[in-house]
Amino acid sequence: MTGDRVAVVGAGMTKFVRRAQETPKELSWEAAHLALQSCEMTIDDVDAVVIGTAPDAFDGVHMKSEYLSDGCGGWGKPLIRGYVGGGTGVFAAIQGWYHVASGLFDTVLVVCEEKMSSCQPHPQAAFLTIFDHTTERPLKPNLLWIFALEMNAYMNRYGLSKRDIATVSVKNKRNAADHPAALLGDPDITVEDVLNSPVLAWPVQRLDVSPVTDGAVALVMSANHVARRVTDRPVWVEGVGWNLDTAYWTNRDLSYPVYVEEAARMAYDMAGISEPRQQIHIAEPYDPFDYKELHHLEGLMLFDRGEAPRAAADGITQRDGDLPVCPSGGLLGVGNPIAAAGLMKVAEIFWQLRGEAGARQVPGNPKRGLAQAWGDLMQVGTVVVMGV
Amino acid sequence: MEEFVYDSVYLSSDDFREGRVLFEMWEPNARYAWDAGVAISRYLQGLKAAKLIGRSCPDCSRVLVPPRMFCESCFYPTDKWVTLRDTGTVLTFSRCYITWDLIQLEEPQMPAVIEIDGASSGMGIMHMLGEVDPEALAIGMRVRAVWKPPDERSGSITDIAYFRPLEE
Ligand SMILES: [Zn+2]
Repeated sequence: MTGDRVAVVGAGMTKFVRRAQETPKELSWEAAHLALQSCEMTIDDVDAVVIGTAPDAFDGVHMKSEYLSDGCGGWGKPLIRGYVGGGTGVFAAIQGWYHVASGLFDTVLVVCEEKMSSCQPHPQAAFLTIFDHTTERPLKPNLLWIFALEMNAYMNRYGLSKRDIATVSVKNKRNAADHPAALLGDPDITVEDVLNSPVLAWPVQRLDVSPVTDGAVALVMSANHVARRVTDRPVWVEGVGWNLDTAYWTNRDLSYPVYVEEAARMAYDMAGISEPRQQIHIAEPYDPFDYKELHHLEGLMLFDRGEAPRAAADGITQRDGDLPVCPSGGLLGVGNPIAAAGLMKVAEIFWQLRGEAGARQVPGNPKRGLAQAWGDLMQVGTVVVMGV
Repeated sequence: MEEFVYDSVYLSSDDFREGRVLFEMWEPNARYAWDAGVAISRYLQGLKAAKLIGRSCPDCSRVLVPPRMFCESCFYPTDKWVTLRDTGTVLTFSRCYITWDLIQLEEPQMPAVIEIDGASSGMGIMHMLGEVDPEALAIGMRVRAVWKPPDERSGSITDIAYFRPLEE
């Protein structure tokens, strides 16, 4: 491991809701305030602030991190915003890590906020500009297309059915029923509900997709000497990795996320993990769509290519299975305020490894977990491995 | 951890419709004129002449489409224009029943990634499929470009109306 040892020592979040009355600043403050309170720190203990938030176009506010900065505790402090699309939430924790690991700062407050509901009539409008303006946008694409195209390529490569994939949505929405911040927890949802939901862009159906959401999440990350003073249960960042594939997405093999594998290899190397299937006890891969959880589990090398659906069907990824996956309820269940959703996954690993996840607690005292996010033009992977 | 979840205030659609909450609306007036660039200008000229044009990299020998002036894999300048065929293979497709703002469509749109014959393996472009029963679509299907008539072509990706199944 390079640099100083860095721990997550506190976490807080807002409820994830379809439309919050709070402004983005107010949401940011709510999460940051609770994260500091959770480790009995104040803003005076914070040396620098990292902000993660997705496109400015959601809010119609240019340089959104400057707008958000006071709600994030950034007044009078070194502040940075990283932005890698949907990968931002986990990347913000990576930035928090290297701010501290570098020795520059003792304690960093990491705040991720997203308010998607402001964008009218639908926040998809903000996403349409990711397509190439000359070679693609004249075809009037909509964002669902690329997910549908990728999901179909994945299903075709391994001969998967919709039923094989729908189990993920069911698991995550059921898990979310135990999450106090969840927007779409549902203890009674069934595979038939998913298969009977309206077809949006085949093979994507309504219940394969995570909801538009508002929310914020914050973490406090500290250097070894501070972490040991403020808590007796620090959760150490053991490895970080991130990687980007080509922006020519139609030139890639959409059935396998190579960039997630590269990000995972970087994080595993740093964490000294040679057998991820034995050494990772909980995983929170990015699940904006049900097939993405499976796709990412394969990219993370936690299952062989094409095998994650069978593992899900066999119950291995249930909260009490051999490898609990998205015990939080994930984006499909808790909600998907883009950057905040990624950081929620890091927070979930923090709570799980401390044994503080309440009704969601994974049995067996897990010692090591992983959070992963994904984004941009389906091309970026961000991974954090944490342990106690 | 419940004590560290802030009870944010949820608003319903009715709160807006019935004016129970205060808000501010704004419509941006943002217009753009994008230059097509060196490689894509040539691509668009080709489309106007009913030809698909790629570009090859002398280092890895890949034939790239859409064409580009540098190979992002080798980070090396590409050096040759290559005329490709207007046929290809469906790498993946969808049947889309809604617009981006969630308006229902009677007939599905059929976007696809199509690997173009004459380019390197896996080199696809995004386009639409047509003249085909949506339920008959399949990955691996062979297709051909349906070009708009010459007087309707403007040097745009839409000079290809869509791709339709190829009878071989
Ligand atoms: Zn090359």
